[in-house]
Amino acid sequence: MPARILVACGNGIATSTVVASKIRSFMEDKGLPVDTTQTKLMEVPGKVEGFDLLVTTGEFDGKTHGVPYVKGMPILTGIGADNTFNEIYKIIKEKEG
Amino acid sequence: MKVDIDLDKSLFLPHMTADDSTDVIEQLSTQLYEIGYVKESYIAAIKKREMEYPTGLPSKSPAVAIPHADFNLVNKTTVAVGTLEKPVEFHDMENIKKTIPVQIVIMLAIGEPHGQVEMLQRVVGIIQDEKLRNDILNANTSEELLNLIEPSLLGILN
Repeated sequence: MPARILVACGNGIATSTVVASKIRSFMEDKGLPVDTTQTKLMEVPGKVEGFDLLVTTGEFDGKTHGVPYVKGMPILTGIGADNTFNEIYKIIKEKEG
Repeated sequence: MKVDIDLDKSLFLPHMTADDSTDVIEQLSTQLYEIGYVKESYIAAIKKREMEYPTGLPSKSPAVAIPHADFNLVNKTTVAVGTLEKPVEFHDMENIKKTIPVQIVIMLAIGEPHGQVEMLQRVVGIIQDEKLRNDILNANTSEELLNLIEPSLLGILN
């Protein structure tokens, strides 16, 4: 089963759509396809459990229930995006063993 | 991929004057409402949403903000773009305690929840292109502004 990534932004629609789609295509190119689910930042604490990774655009300081968390803003602005993609890759790669 | 979006010259406003982020958001959203792209309630919704989830994006000057609101309040997908001679402070999307002096406001009126990935990615392309950001800031007429942004959004050029 592909790794599952929860991607959250203010309304779960706009910026998270861009970030989720960029993560999916990056991971596919790396040969590690992932599933992404989008949600509102507000709903993260209640939803995040069971996911392999949480990525957010927008400030998030709620509970992640032990799920690894990466800030997704660089993917949106392009500044530092490579580092963010590599961080995501490392976490998923480790998960997959 | 074809992007189904109407761009309207009257939604491209160079050298706006605004007191603060709320003011520029109000001006742009009112324009969207008056031409019929959004419902009247979009104006209040997008101001409220900016306070809860700010949309300033950290970058080198000129910085960009991308205010947007609930798709239910949008009649037809489009964007409204305003540039500001004097920057106004938007809160940073990722760290709301910080503010960013913004000079380019790209207001997204997105009518479908999932159908506009391509368009959004193109907006992100604008955000990431420093030269284009400077050209946008230097545009003097609605037409110039539209001509700069249209190729990026509709994919006529790359």
